[in-house]
This record gives sequence, structure tokens and C-alpha cells, in this order.
Amino acid sequence: MRMADRIETKLRDALAPARLEVHDDSHKHEGHAGARPGGETHFRVVAVAAAFEGKSRVARQRMIYAALAEEMQERVHALQLTTLTPEEEAQRR
Amino acid sequence: MADQSVHDRIQQEIQDNPVVVYMKGTPVFPQCGFSAAVVQVLSHLGVKFQGVNVLEDPGLREGIKEFSNWPTIPQLYVKGEFIGGCDIIREMFQTGELQQTLQDKGVEMDSAA
Repeated sequence: MRMADRIETKLRDALAPARLEVHDDSHKHEGHAGARPGGETHFRVVAVAAAFEGKSRVARQRMIYAALAEEMQERVHALQLTTLTPEEEAQRR
Repeated sequence: MADQSVHDRIQQEIQDNPVVVYMKGTPVFPQCGFSAAVVQVLSHLGVKFQGVNVLEDPGLREGIKEFSNWPTIPQLYVKGEFIGGCDIIREMFQTGELQQTLQDKGVEMDSAA
């Protein structure tokens, strides 16, 4: 399974998000520290989930990191995270 | 588990310095775009901070992740409290929450940004 799909599956299971985007940005970091041949090292995630309600930014990101502990250990070097509740996302529009 | 001495060192560091950034590279020569972004925000706000280069010490690089329960670098501490990583700092800066937090904690800022 591609890493992006793995991340998506894990986050869907953990957060039941209303909306989820997983972007593989590894190509933007080729040659940088942490990049590896074959890529799949740098990802950008936008997660909108009711599970974030009442939680601090730090707590929300810890939820994501906890769900992806294996992937972080294996080869994911950087995750750029945007974590919103459905309400917060509606306010942004 | 990292050495207890690493945890003690971090505890001391965040106690002795009001603002500490654990980062890759130094404030003058950041070696990672995410670390550079945090340095840029703090510099823009005119905040004096202690940059700690985790690349110089593999024990610290792993130790800080355990200490904070946070798997990535950079990490910002203000008055001993973990504030967040790059995305959180950027977001808090944009909404003005970072400035508020620094002010509430009595950290001096040079600019009125």
C-alpha cells in the first residue's frame, strides 16, 4: 500500500473525520535532510473532525501522531498538519 | 528510553531560558525549513530565544521527542511550557495567539507586530 493510503486509512479509523486530505509533498523536499530515495517522507494532512472538539492544538496533533506512530517510525519524516473541527472549518470560509 | 541525564538537561534548559527552540541547525543557519519558519516568526516578533541544535547531539534529538511526547522537530518552549511545533506556531502567529501567549507569560517583544 502506498504510504499516503496507509496514512489515510489509519486516520479514518482513529478520527472518523468529516473531511480528510493527505498530500504527498515528498517531491518538494528531494535532496533535503530526511528525504529518501523513493520519496514518501513528507506529507501534508488536513483533517476536519468532531473528535478535535474542545482539544488544544497540541492535543489534536498528538492524536494524529499517535495514530501514525508506526509510519513516523518507519519512514515518514515530516507531517504538516492542519486540524480543525467542522465548526472551525465553517468559520474559515 | 533516553538517558535520564538528557531529560534533566532539557528540564534545566527550559527552566533557565524563557524561550527555547529545539531545532535543526542554529538560529543563524537553520538546516530545515520548518525550523527556519519558527526562527523567522520569533525574530519577526523581536523575541530573544535560545536555539538548541539537536543535530549536534543524537541523544538530545531522540530525548526531546520523548520529553515532549512530540515526534518532530522544531519544538518551542515558553517559560517551561511546550507550545508546539512549526504548524502550531505559524497558526498561532497568524491568529495573534502566539503574541498573546508570549505577553501573558511575560516575554519581552521588540516589535509591535
